[in-house]
Amino acid sequence: MASITIRDMSILFPIYHSESRSLKKAVVAAATSRRLGEDQKHRLVVEALRDISFSLATGDRLGLVGSNGAGKTTLLRSLAGIYEPVQGGITIEGKVTSLLDPGQGMNMELTGRENIRLRGLFDRLGQKQIAQLEEDVAEFAELGQFLDLPVRMYSSGMIVRLSFGMATAVKPQILLMDEWLMAGDAAFMEKAKHRLETMVRGAELLVLSSHSAPTIMQWCNRVIWMDRGRINVDGTPEEVLSAYLPPEQYAEAKAMQEISQQYEHLSEEVLSPG
Amino acid sequence: MVAGKSSFSYREAMTMTSLPGADAMTPSLLDASAPPKKISLNAAQSRRAKAQAAFDDIIQTAQLWRLVWKLSILDIRLRYRGSMLGPFWLTLSTGVMVGALGFLYAGLFHTDIKTYLPYLSLSLILWNFLSGLTAEGCTCFTGSEAMIRASRMPLSLHAARVVIRNFLVFAHNIVVIVVVFAVMRKAPGAQCYLIAPALALWFIDGLAICLLLGSFCARFRDVPPIVGSIMQIAFFVTPILWSPSILEHRGIGLILIEWNPFYALLEIVRGPLNGTVLHLVTWEFALGYSALLVVLAGIMFALSRPRLAYWV
Repeated sequence: MASITIRDMSILFPIYHSESRSLKKAVVAAATSRRLGEDQKHRLVVEALRDISFSLATGDRLGLVGSNGAGKTTLLRSLAGIYEPVQGGITIEGKVTSLLDPGQGMNMELTGRENIRLRGLFDRLGQKQIAQLEEDVAEFAELGQFLDLPVRMYSSGMIVRLSFGMATAVKPQILLMDEWLMAGDAAFMEKAKHRLETMVRGAELLVLSSHSAPTIMQWCNRVIWMDRGRINVDGTPEEVLSAYLPPEQYAEAKAMQEISQQYEHLSEEVLSPG
Repeated sequence: MVAGKSSFSYREAMTMTSLPGADAMTPSLLDASAPPKKISLNAAQSRRAKAQAAFDDIIQTAQLWRLVWKLSILDIRLRYRGSMLGPFWLTLSTGVMVGALGFLYAGLFHTDIKTYLPYLSLSLILWNFLSGLTAEGCTCFTGSEAMIRASRMPLSLHAARVVIRNFLVFAHNIVVIVVVFAVMRKAPGAQCYLIAPALALWFIDGLAICLLLGSFCARFRDVPPIVGSIMQIAFFVTPILWSPSILEHRGIGLILIEWNPFYALLEIVRGPLNGTVLHLVTWEFALGYSALLVVLAGIMFALSRPRLAYWV
Protein backbone atom coordinates (compact mmCIF):
# COMPACT_ATOMS: atom_id res chain seq x y z
CA MET A 1 0.00 0.00 0.00
CA ALA A 2 1.26 3.42 -0.91
CA SER A 3 -0.19 6.67 0.25
CA ILE A 4 0.64 10.34 0.63
CA THR A 5 -1.16 12.69 2.97
CA ILE A 6 -0.51 16.41 3.09
CA ARG A 7 -1.99 18.63 5.77
CA ASP A 8 -1.88 22.44 5.45
CA MET A 9 1.60 22.31 4.05
CA SER A 10 3.51 25.49 3.28
CA ILE A 11 6.95 25.75 1.78
CA LEU A 12 8.77 29.05 2.19
CA PHE A 13 12.21 29.72 0.82
CA PRO A 14 14.28 32.08 2.90
CA ILE A 15 16.33 34.61 0.97
CA TYR A 16 19.48 35.26 2.93
CA HIS A 17 21.39 37.00 0.22
CA SER A 18 19.30 40.14 -0.06
CA GLU A 19 19.49 42.10 3.12
CA SER A 20 19.38 45.51 1.53
CA ARG A 21 16.15 47.25 0.90
CA SER A 22 16.82 48.15 -2.71
CA LEU A 23 17.63 44.60 -3.64
CA LYS A 24 14.44 43.57 -1.93
CA LYS A 25 12.50 45.92 -4.15
CA ALA A 26 14.26 44.58 -7.20
CA VAL A 27 13.31 41.05 -6.26
CA VAL A 28 9.70 42.08 -5.69
CA ALA A 29 9.60 43.66 -9.10
CA ALA A 30 11.18 40.66 -10.76
CA ALA A 31 8.98 38.04 -9.18
CA THR A 32 5.73 38.03 -11.07
CA SER A 33 4.14 34.73 -10.20
CA ARG A 34 5.77 33.90 -6.87
CA ARG A 35 4.79 35.87 -3.87
CA LEU A 36 7.20 37.42 -1.45
CA GLY A 37 6.49 37.77 2.19
CA GLU A 38 8.14 37.93 5.56
CA ASP A 39 8.28 35.20 8.13
CA GLN A 40 8.01 35.62 11.90
CA LYS A 41 11.63 36.69 12.11
CA HIS A 42 11.07 39.32 9.39
CA ARG A 43 13.24 37.58 6.90
CA LEU A 44 12.39 37.87 3.26
CA VAL A 45 10.89 34.63 2.00
CA VAL A 46 9.43 33.33 -1.24
CA GLU A 47 6.15 31.55 -0.64
CA ALA A 48 6.53 28.63 -2.97
CA LEU A 49 3.59 26.65 -1.60
CA ARG A 50 0.83 27.84 0.69
CA ASP A 51 -1.71 25.74 2.64
CA ILE A 52 -1.67 22.66 0.48
CA SER A 53 -3.86 19.79 1.66
CA PHE A 54 -4.74 16.60 -0.18
CA SER A 55 -4.25 12.90 0.10
CA LEU A 56 -3.41 10.20 -2.39
CA ALA A 57 -3.79 6.45 -2.12
CA THR A 58 -2.92 3.39 -4.20
CA GLY A 59 -4.40 3.69 -7.67
CA ASP A 60 -4.33 7.47 -7.81
CA ARG A 61 -2.71 9.04 -10.84
CA LEU A 62 -2.41 12.73 -10.15
CA GLY A 63 -1.57 15.30 -12.78
CA LEU A 64 -0.27 18.75 -11.86
CA VAL A 65 -0.93 21.66 -14.19
CA GLY A 66 -0.24 25.35 -13.83
CA SER A 67 1.86 28.11 -15.31
CA ASN A 68 5.61 28.34 -14.84
CA GLY A 69 6.44 29.15 -11.24
CA ALA A 70 3.10 27.94 -9.93
CA GLY A 71 4.87 25.57 -7.55
CA LYS A 72 4.56 22.26 -9.40
CA THR A 73 8.19 21.25 -9.11
CA THR A 74 8.41 22.42 -5.51
CA LEU A 75 5.34 20.34 -4.74
CA LEU A 76 6.97 17.32 -6.38
CA ARG A 77 10.13 17.89 -4.35
CA SER A 78 8.19 18.08 -1.13
CA LEU A 79 6.25 14.94 -2.08
CA ALA A 80 9.63 13.26 -2.51
CA GLY A 81 10.54 14.33 1.01
CA ILE A 82 13.36 16.58 -0.14
CA TYR A 83 11.89 19.85 1.12
CA GLU A 84 10.50 19.30 4.57
CA PRO A 85 7.44 21.48 5.22
CA VAL A 86 7.84 24.81 7.01
CA GLN A 87 4.23 24.66 8.15
CA GLY A 88 1.87 21.70 8.29
CA GLY A 89 3.00 18.19 7.55
CA ILE A 90 3.30 15.39 5.06
CA THR A 91 3.21 11.62 5.48
CA ILE A 92 4.64 9.41 2.76
CA GLU A 93 4.16 5.66 2.82
CA GLY A 94 5.97 3.64 0.19
CA LYS A 95 9.19 3.69 -1.80
CA VAL A 96 9.47 6.93 -3.73
CA THR A 97 11.15 7.20 -7.12
CA SER A 98 11.55 10.78 -8.20
CA LEU A 99 12.39 11.82 -11.74
CA LEU A 100 12.72 15.51 -11.16
CA ASP A 101 15.48 16.66 -13.47
CA PRO A 102 17.65 15.01 -16.09
CA GLY A 103 20.77 15.34 -13.95
CA GLN A 104 19.25 13.05 -11.30
CA GLY A 105 22.01 13.98 -8.91
CA MET A 106 24.47 12.29 -11.24
CA ASN A 107 28.11 13.16 -10.94
CA MET A 108 29.02 14.65 -14.30
CA GLU A 109 32.69 13.77 -13.88
CA LEU A 110 31.99 10.08 -13.43
CA THR A 111 31.29 7.72 -16.31
CA GLY A 112 27.80 6.56 -17.13
CA ARG A 113 28.59 3.10 -15.83
CA GLU A 114 29.84 4.43 -12.50
CA ASN A 115 26.71 6.52 -12.13
CA ILE A 116 24.56 3.46 -12.78
CA ARG A 117 26.42 1.52 -10.10
CA LEU A 118 26.01 4.33 -7.60
CA ARG A 119 22.32 4.39 -8.34
CA GLY A 120 22.16 0.66 -7.70
CA LEU A 121 23.95 1.06 -4.39
CA PHE A 122 21.58 3.87 -3.44
CA ASP A 123 18.65 1.54 -4.05
CA ARG A 124 20.50 -1.04 -1.96
CA LEU A 125 20.64 -3.60 -4.73
CA GLY A 126 22.91 -6.62 -4.50
CA GLN A 127 25.92 -7.18 -6.76
CA LYS A 128 23.92 -9.38 -9.12
CA GLN A 129 21.08 -6.90 -9.39
CA ILE A 130 23.52 -4.05 -10.01
CA ALA A 131 25.03 -6.01 -12.89
CA GLN A 132 21.52 -6.54 -14.20
CA LEU A 133 20.73 -2.85 -13.81
CA GLU A 134 23.90 -1.95 -15.68
CA GLU A 135 23.03 -4.26 -18.55
CA ASP A 136 19.45 -3.09 -18.68
CA VAL A 137 20.31 0.61 -18.73
CA ALA A 138 23.15 0.09 -21.21
CA GLU A 139 20.79 -1.66 -23.58
CA PHE A 140 18.08 0.91 -23.24
CA ALA A 141 20.19 4.06 -23.40
CA GLU A 142 22.18 2.81 -26.42
CA LEU A 143 25.23 4.73 -25.32
CA GLY A 144 27.67 2.13 -26.59
CA GLN A 145 31.21 3.09 -25.73
CA PHE A 146 30.08 6.38 -24.25
CA LEU A 147 29.02 4.41 -21.20
CA ASP A 148 32.65 4.39 -20.11
CA LEU A 149 33.20 8.10 -20.69
CA PRO A 150 32.46 10.88 -18.20
CA VAL A 151 28.85 12.06 -18.33
CA ARG A 152 29.95 15.63 -18.99
CA MET A 153 31.03 14.50 -22.49
CA TYR A 154 27.49 13.41 -23.31
CA SER A 155 25.08 15.38 -25.43
CA SER A 156 22.00 16.52 -23.53
CA GLY A 157 19.99 13.86 -25.32
CA MET A 158 22.36 11.17 -24.11
CA ILE A 159 22.06 12.43 -20.55
CA VAL A 160 18.29 12.22 -20.79
CA ARG A 161 18.52 8.68 -22.15
CA LEU A 162 20.90 7.59 -19.41
CA SER A 163 19.02 9.10 -16.51
CA PHE A 164 15.72 7.99 -17.93
CA GLY A 165 16.96 4.44 -18.31
CA MET A 166 18.39 4.47 -14.81
CA ALA A 167 15.32 5.89 -13.16
CA THR A 168 12.94 3.58 -14.95
CA ALA A 169 14.85 0.38 -14.28
CA VAL A 170 13.87 -0.01 -10.66
CA LYS A 171 10.26 -0.75 -9.83
CA PRO A 172 8.65 2.24 -8.16
CA GLN A 173 5.88 2.28 -5.63
CA ILE A 174 5.33 6.00 -5.71
CA LEU A 175 6.48 7.64 -8.91
CA LEU A 176 7.02 11.41 -9.12
CA MET A 177 7.76 12.80 -12.56
CA ASP A 178 8.46 16.23 -13.90
CA GLU A 179 7.85 17.15 -17.48
CA TRP A 180 11.43 16.90 -18.72
CA LEU A 181 10.73 13.26 -19.39
CA MET A 182 8.43 14.24 -22.17
CA ALA A 183 11.22 16.01 -24.02
CA GLY A 184 13.41 14.11 -26.42
CA ASP A 185 13.71 13.25 -30.07
CA ALA A 186 10.94 11.30 -31.75
CA ALA A 187 12.78 7.99 -31.98
CA PHE A 188 13.68 8.10 -28.32
CA MET A 189 10.18 9.11 -27.29
CA GLU A 190 8.70 6.11 -29.03
CA LYS A 191 11.04 3.82 -27.14
CA ALA A 192 10.73 5.73 -23.89
CA LYS A 193 6.98 5.70 -24.05
CA HIS A 194 6.77 1.95 -23.82
CA ARG A 195 9.19 1.77 -20.94
CA LEU A 196 7.51 4.60 -19.13
CA GLU A 197 4.10 3.04 -19.57
CA THR A 198 5.34 -0.21 -18.09
CA MET A 199 6.69 1.72 -15.17
CA VAL A 200 3.71 4.01 -14.70
CA ARG A 201 1.32 1.10 -14.74
CA GLY A 202 3.55 -0.76 -12.32
CA ALA A 203 3.57 2.13 -9.87
CA GLU A 204 0.93 2.16 -7.21
CA LEU A 205 0.80 5.91 -7.13
CA LEU A 206 1.78 8.45 -9.74
CA VAL A 207 2.21 12.20 -9.59
CA LEU A 208 3.01 13.81 -12.92
CA SER A 209 3.66 17.43 -13.67
CA SER A 210 3.17 18.35 -17.30
CA HIS A 211 2.22 21.10 -19.68
CA SER A 212 0.95 18.57 -22.17
CA ALA A 213 -2.80 18.10 -21.87
CA PRO A 214 -2.90 14.85 -23.89
CA THR A 215 -0.25 13.34 -21.58
CA ILE A 216 -2.25 14.29 -18.51
CA MET A 217 -5.46 12.96 -20.04
CA GLN A 218 -3.83 9.72 -21.01
CA TRP A 219 -2.25 8.94 -17.68
CA CYS A 220 -4.10 10.72 -14.93
CA ASN A 221 -7.39 10.16 -13.18
CA ARG A 222 -7.11 13.25 -11.04
CA VAL A 223 -5.70 16.70 -11.75
CA ILE A 224 -4.69 19.57 -9.51
CA TRP A 225 -4.34 23.03 -10.99
CA MET A 226 -1.68 24.96 -9.14
CA ASP A 227 -1.69 28.72 -9.14
CA ARG A 228 0.80 30.89 -7.24
CA GLY A 229 1.62 28.18 -4.78
CA ARG A 230 -1.96 27.29 -3.96
CA ILE A 231 -4.38 24.65 -5.17
CA ASN A 232 -6.74 26.37 -7.55
CA VAL A 233 -8.92 23.46 -8.68
CA ASP A 234 -8.77 19.79 -7.72
CA GLY A 235 -10.87 17.31 -9.67
CA THR A 236 -11.13 14.88 -12.57
CA PRO A 237 -9.01 15.58 -15.67
CA GLU A 238 -12.11 16.64 -17.61
CA GLU A 239 -13.26 19.09 -14.96
CA VAL A 240 -9.89 20.69 -14.38
CA LEU A 241 -8.58 20.76 -17.92
CA SER A 242 -11.78 22.19 -19.34
CA ALA A 243 -11.40 25.07 -16.90
CA TYR A 244 -7.63 25.38 -17.25
CA LEU A 245 -7.20 25.15 -21.01
CA PRO A 246 -8.60 27.49 -23.62
CA PRO A 247 -11.66 25.76 -25.17
CA GLU A 248 -10.08 24.91 -28.52
CA GLN A 249 -7.01 23.35 -26.88
CA TYR A 250 -9.19 21.31 -24.60
CA ALA A 251 -11.22 20.05 -27.57
CA GLU A 252 -8.02 19.11 -29.33
CA ALA A 253 -6.65 17.22 -26.35
CA LYS A 254 -9.94 15.44 -25.88
CA ALA A 255 -9.99 14.38 -29.53
CA MET A 256 -6.41 13.11 -29.31
CA GLN A 257 -7.25 11.05 -26.29
CA GLU A 258 -10.20 9.44 -28.01
CA ILE A 259 -8.14 8.54 -31.04
CA SER A 260 -5.39 6.97 -28.92
CA GLN A 261 -7.98 5.02 -26.96
CA GLN A 262 -9.44 3.64 -30.16
CA TYR A 263 -5.99 2.80 -31.42
CA GLU A 264 -5.21 0.97 -28.23
CA HIS A 265 -8.46 -0.92 -28.38
CA LEU A 266 -7.83 -1.92 -31.97
CA SER A 267 -4.29 -3.12 -31.52
CA GLU A 268 -5.29 -4.99 -28.39
CA GLU A 269 -7.65 -7.06 -30.54
CA VAL A 270 -4.96 -7.65 -33.11
CA LEU A 271 -2.22 -8.55 -30.64
CA SER A 272 -4.07 -10.71 -28.16
CA PRO A 273 -4.09 -14.31 -29.22
CA GLY A 274 -7.53 -15.77 -30.01
CA MET B 1 13.52 -10.46 -8.11
CA VAL B 2 12.50 -9.37 -11.58
CA ALA B 3 9.12 -8.53 -13.04
CA GLY B 4 7.69 -12.01 -12.59
CA LYS B 5 7.40 -11.45 -8.87
CA SER B 6 5.26 -8.37 -9.16
CA SER B 7 1.56 -8.47 -9.76
CA PHE B 8 2.09 -6.76 -13.05
CA SER B 9 3.56 -9.06 -15.67
CA TYR B 10 5.42 -8.24 -18.77
CA ARG B 11 2.86 -9.99 -20.99
CA GLU B 12 0.16 -7.69 -19.70
CA ALA B 13 2.34 -4.70 -20.38
CA MET B 14 2.69 -5.79 -23.95
CA THR B 15 -0.99 -5.99 -24.61
CA MET B 16 -1.79 -2.86 -22.66
CA THR B 17 0.74 -0.64 -24.32
CA SER B 18 0.44 -2.33 -27.68
CA LEU B 19 3.26 -0.50 -29.37
CA PRO B 20 4.34 -2.04 -32.62
CA GLY B 21 7.85 -3.39 -32.25
CA ALA B 22 7.67 -3.14 -28.51
CA ASP B 23 8.95 -6.66 -28.08
CA ALA B 24 12.40 -5.42 -29.02
CA MET B 25 12.77 -4.27 -25.43
CA THR B 26 12.56 -6.14 -22.21
CA PRO B 27 11.43 -3.87 -19.43
CA SER B 28 12.77 -5.87 -16.55
CA LEU B 29 11.83 -3.79 -13.56
CA LEU B 30 14.13 -4.52 -10.69
CA ASP B 31 12.63 -4.66 -7.26
CA ALA B 32 14.39 -2.36 -4.86
CA SER B 33 15.39 -4.42 -1.88
CA ALA B 34 14.89 -1.61 0.61
CA PRO B 35 11.63 -2.21 2.45
CA PRO B 36 8.99 0.47 1.99
CA LYS B 37 8.97 2.80 4.91
CA LYS B 38 6.68 5.41 6.29
CA ILE B 39 8.05 8.91 6.49
CA SER B 40 6.28 11.60 8.47
CA LEU B 41 7.55 15.12 8.00
CA ASN B 42 6.06 17.81 10.17
CA ALA B 43 6.91 21.44 10.59
CA ALA B 44 5.98 21.72 14.24
CA GLN B 45 8.33 19.16 15.72
CA SER B 46 9.30 18.72 19.31
CA ARG B 47 12.99 18.69 20.17
CA ARG B 48 12.73 15.01 20.83
CA ALA B 49 11.30 14.36 17.37
CA LYS B 50 14.05 16.42 15.77
CA ALA B 51 16.73 14.50 17.63
CA GLN B 52 15.08 11.22 16.64
CA ALA B 53 14.98 12.29 12.98
CA ALA B 54 18.66 13.22 13.07
CA PHE B 55 19.49 9.90 14.69
CA ASP B 56 17.48 7.99 12.06
CA ASP B 57 19.33 9.91 9.39
CA ILE B 58 22.66 8.65 10.70
CA ILE B 59 21.35 5.08 10.99
CA GLN B 60 20.21 5.20 7.37
CA THR B 61 23.66 6.39 6.34
CA ALA B 62 25.15 3.40 8.14
CA GLN B 63 22.82 1.14 6.17
CA LEU B 64 24.05 2.73 2.95
CA TRP B 65 27.72 2.18 3.84
CA ARG B 66 28.43 0.52 0.51
CA LEU B 67 27.30 3.63 -1.31
CA VAL B 68 29.37 5.87 0.97
CA TRP B 69 32.43 3.71 0.40
CA LYS B 70 32.00 3.71 -3.37
CA LEU B 71 31.43 7.48 -3.48
CA SER B 72 34.59 8.08 -1.47
CA ILE B 73 36.69 5.79 -3.64
CA LEU B 74 35.38 7.44 -6.78
CA ASP B 75 36.13 10.88 -5.31
CA ILE B 76 39.76 9.92 -4.88
CA ARG B 77 39.94 8.27 -8.27
CA LEU B 78 38.36 11.30 -9.94
CA ARG B 79 40.95 13.65 -8.52
CA TYR B 80 43.71 11.73 -10.21
CA ARG B 81 41.94 10.43 -13.28
CA GLY B 82 44.24 10.68 -16.27
CA SER B 83 47.41 11.05 -14.22
CA MET B 84 50.07 8.38 -14.40
CA LEU B 85 50.72 7.85 -10.72
CA GLY B 86 47.06 8.23 -9.82
CA PRO B 87 46.28 8.48 -6.11
CA PHE B 88 49.94 7.83 -5.33
CA TRP B 89 50.53 11.47 -6.06
CA LEU B 90 49.12 11.89 -2.57
CA THR B 91 51.89 9.72 -1.19
CA LEU B 92 54.58 11.30 -3.31
CA SER B 93 53.68 14.93 -2.58
CA THR B 94 53.45 14.24 1.15
CA GLY B 95 56.77 12.43 1.00
CA VAL B 96 58.45 15.37 -0.70
CA MET B 97 57.01 17.81 1.82
CA VAL B 98 58.01 15.71 4.83
CA GLY B 99 61.52 15.26 3.44
CA ALA B 100 62.03 18.94 2.62
CA LEU B 101 60.58 20.30 5.86
CA GLY B 102 62.33 17.62 7.88
CA PHE B 103 65.83 18.49 6.76
CA LEU B 104 65.12 22.23 6.84
CA TYR B 105 63.74 22.34 10.38
CA ALA B 106 66.15 19.77 11.75
CA GLY B 107 68.85 22.22 10.66
CA LEU B 108 67.06 25.29 12.00
CA PHE B 109 66.16 23.74 15.36
CA HIS B 110 69.53 21.97 15.66
CA THR B 111 67.78 18.70 16.31
CA ASP B 112 68.84 15.22 15.37
CA ILE B 113 67.24 14.28 12.07
CA LYS B 114 66.91 10.69 13.26
CA THR B 115 64.40 11.64 15.94
CA TYR B 116 62.95 14.69 14.23
CA LEU B 117 62.00 13.23 10.85
CA PRO B 118 59.84 10.38 12.21
CA TYR B 119 58.15 12.84 14.56
CA LEU B 120 57.54 15.33 11.76
CA SER B 121 56.22 12.72 9.34
CA LEU B 122 53.66 11.56 11.90
CA SER B 123 52.66 15.09 12.88
CA LEU B 124 52.35 16.46 9.38
CA ILE B 125 50.38 13.54 8.02
CA LEU B 126 47.99 13.51 10.93
CA TRP B 127 47.58 17.26 10.70
CA ASN B 128 46.96 17.07 6.96
CA PHE B 129 44.13 14.70 7.73
CA LEU B 130 42.64 17.09 10.28
CA SER B 131 42.92 20.21 8.14
CA GLY B 132 41.68 18.41 5.03
CA LEU B 133 38.74 17.12 6.98
CA THR B 134 37.74 20.50 8.37
CA ALA B 135 38.12 22.24 5.00
CA GLU B 136 36.09 19.64 3.13
CA GLY B 137 33.67 19.24 6.02
CA CYS B 138 32.63 22.87 5.53
CA THR B 139 31.44 22.10 2.03
CA CYS B 140 30.05 18.63 2.65
CA PHE B 141 26.46 19.76 2.14
CA THR B 142 26.87 22.74 -0.17
CA GLY B 143 29.07 20.62 -2.43
CA SER B 144 26.43 17.91 -2.73
CA GLU B 145 23.64 20.24 -3.75
CA ALA B 146 22.70 18.26 -6.87
CA MET B 147 22.36 15.01 -4.95
CA ILE B 148 20.42 16.61 -2.12
CA ARG B 149 17.90 18.12 -4.50
CA ALA B 150 17.51 15.04 -6.69
CA SER B 151 15.98 12.63 -4.23
CA ARG B 152 15.52 12.09 -0.54
CA MET B 153 18.53 10.52 1.06
CA PRO B 154 20.07 10.66 4.51
CA LEU B 155 21.99 13.92 4.75
CA SER B 156 24.67 12.59 7.07
CA LEU B 157 25.73 10.46 4.09
CA HIS B 158 27.49 13.51 2.66
CA ALA B 159 29.38 14.00 5.91
CA ALA B 160 30.35 10.33 6.09
CA ARG B 161 31.60 10.52 2.52
CA VAL B 162 34.01 13.33 3.42
CA VAL B 163 35.28 11.42 6.45
CA ILE B 164 35.87 8.19 4.53
CA ARG B 165 37.49 10.08 1.67
CA ASN B 166 39.95 11.73 4.06
CA PHE B 167 40.70 8.43 5.75
CA LEU B 168 41.54 7.04 2.32
CA VAL B 169 43.93 9.93 1.68
CA PHE B 170 45.43 9.26 5.10
CA ALA B 171 45.85 5.59 4.21
CA HIS B 172 47.90 6.57 1.15
CA ASN B 173 50.15 8.69 3.32
CA ILE B 174 50.87 5.91 5.78
CA VAL B 175 53.40 4.67 3.21
CA VAL B 176 55.47 7.80 3.88
CA ILE B 177 55.50 7.11 7.62
CA VAL B 178 56.56 3.52 7.02
CA VAL B 179 59.37 4.60 4.70
CA VAL B 180 60.61 7.29 7.10
CA PHE B 181 60.60 4.88 10.04
CA ALA B 182 62.44 2.27 7.97
CA VAL B 183 65.09 4.68 6.70
CA MET B 184 65.66 6.21 10.14
CA ARG B 185 65.67 2.73 11.70
CA LYS B 186 63.04 3.68 14.20
CA ALA B 187 60.56 1.19 15.58
CA PRO B 188 57.05 2.27 16.52
CA GLY B 189 56.45 2.55 20.25
CA ALA B 190 55.57 -0.48 22.34
CA GLN B 191 52.11 0.92 22.99
CA CYS B 192 51.27 1.33 19.33
CA TYR B 193 48.17 -0.84 19.67
CA LEU B 194 46.64 2.22 21.36
CA ILE B 195 46.14 3.87 17.98
CA ALA B 196 43.19 1.54 17.30
CA PRO B 197 40.87 3.18 19.84
CA ALA B 198 42.39 6.55 18.94
CA LEU B 199 41.53 6.20 15.26
CA ALA B 200 38.04 5.03 16.18
CA LEU B 201 37.65 8.22 18.19
CA TRP B 202 38.97 10.18 15.22
CA PHE B 203 36.33 8.64 13.02
CA ILE B 204 33.54 9.72 15.36
CA ASP B 205 35.08 13.17 15.75
CA GLY B 206 35.51 13.48 12.00
CA LEU B 207 31.85 12.76 11.45
CA ALA B 208 30.94 15.29 14.15
CA ILE B 209 33.21 17.94 12.63
CA CYS B 210 31.65 17.48 9.20
CA LEU B 211 28.08 17.56 10.50
CA LEU B 212 28.78 20.63 12.62
CA LEU B 213 30.76 22.64 10.10
CA GLY B 214 28.74 21.42 7.13
CA SER B 215 25.43 22.53 8.61
CA PHE B 216 26.85 25.81 9.83
CA CYS B 217 28.56 26.62 6.56
CA ALA B 218 25.43 25.80 4.55
CA ARG B 219 23.62 28.56 6.40
CA PHE B 220 26.43 31.07 6.84
CA ARG B 221 28.64 31.27 3.80
CA ASP B 222 31.33 33.29 5.56
CA VAL B 223 32.33 30.44 7.80
CA PRO B 224 34.66 28.40 5.54
CA PRO B 225 37.34 31.11 5.25
CA ILE B 226 37.11 31.69 9.01
CA VAL B 227 37.62 28.00 9.65
CA GLY B 228 40.54 28.07 7.23
CA SER B 229 42.26 30.88 9.13
CA ILE B 230 41.69 29.20 12.48
CA MET B 231 43.24 25.99 11.22
CA GLN B 232 46.20 27.94 9.85
CA ILE B 233 46.86 29.48 13.26
CA ALA B 234 46.27 26.17 15.00
CA PHE B 235 48.94 24.62 12.80
CA PHE B 236 51.56 26.94 14.25
CA VAL B 237 50.50 26.99 17.90
CA THR B 238 50.10 23.22 18.10
CA PRO B 239 53.23 21.11 18.49
CA ILE B 240 53.47 19.85 14.92
CA LEU B 241 56.64 21.31 13.47
CA TRP B 242 58.11 21.70 16.92
CA SER B 243 58.26 19.21 19.75
CA PRO B 244 56.36 19.83 22.99
CA SER B 245 59.62 19.21 24.86
CA ILE B 246 60.69 22.76 23.90
CA LEU B 247 58.02 24.06 26.27
CA GLU B 248 59.25 22.14 29.29
CA HIS B 249 59.94 24.48 32.21
CA ARG B 250 58.03 27.30 30.51
CA GLY B 251 54.86 27.79 32.49
CA ILE B 252 52.79 29.94 30.19
CA GLY B 253 53.63 27.98 27.06
CA LEU B 254 52.09 24.88 28.56
CA ILE B 255 48.67 26.37 27.82
CA LEU B 256 49.41 25.63 24.19
CA ILE B 257 49.50 21.99 25.10
CA GLU B 258 47.16 21.53 27.97
CA TRP B 259 44.23 23.53 26.69
CA ASN B 260 44.72 22.78 23.04
CA PRO B 261 42.11 20.31 21.76
CA PHE B 262 44.23 19.65 18.67
CA TYR B 263 47.17 18.60 20.80
CA ALA B 264 45.19 16.05 22.80
CA LEU B 265 43.62 14.56 19.70
CA LEU B 266 46.88 14.51 17.80
CA GLU B 267 48.87 13.04 20.65
CA ILE B 268 46.62 10.01 21.24
CA VAL B 269 47.59 8.78 17.77
CA ARG B 270 51.07 10.23 17.48
CA GLY B 271 52.34 9.39 20.97
CA PRO B 272 52.01 5.59 20.79
CA LEU B 273 53.58 5.48 17.32
CA ASN B 274 56.43 7.78 18.18
CA GLY B 275 57.14 5.88 21.37
CA THR B 276 56.45 8.75 23.78
CA VAL B 277 54.69 7.73 26.94
CA LEU B 278 51.07 8.70 26.78
CA HIS B 279 49.62 10.08 29.98
CA LEU B 280 46.14 9.11 30.93
CA VAL B 281 45.28 12.78 31.17
CA THR B 282 45.86 13.22 27.42
CA TRP B 283 43.21 10.62 26.71
CA GLU B 284 40.92 12.24 29.25
CA PHE B 285 41.26 15.58 27.50
CA ALA B 286 40.76 13.95 24.10
CA LEU B 287 37.60 12.23 25.27
CA GLY B 288 36.35 15.41 26.93
CA TYR B 289 36.83 17.54 23.82
CA SER B 290 35.30 14.80 21.68
CA ALA B 291 32.23 14.58 23.89
CA LEU B 292 31.78 18.33 23.64
CA LEU B 293 32.19 18.21 19.88
CA VAL B 294 29.73 15.35 19.45
CA VAL B 295 27.08 17.08 21.57
CA LEU B 296 27.50 20.35 19.65
CA ALA B 297 27.38 18.56 16.31
CA GLY B 298 24.32 16.58 17.37
CA ILE B 299 22.43 19.72 18.36
CA MET B 300 23.49 21.58 15.25
CA PHE B 301 22.59 18.74 12.91
CA ALA B 302 19.26 18.00 14.58
CA LEU B 303 18.23 21.65 14.29
CA SER B 304 19.43 22.28 10.77
CA ARG B 305 18.72 18.91 9.11
CA PRO B 306 15.17 19.78 7.95
CA ARG B 307 16.39 23.10 6.55
CA LEU B 308 19.52 21.93 4.76
CA ALA B 309 17.73 21.28 1.46
CA TYR B 310 16.64 24.92 1.48
CA TRP B 311 20.06 26.28 2.31
CA VAL B 312 22.31 24.44 -0.10
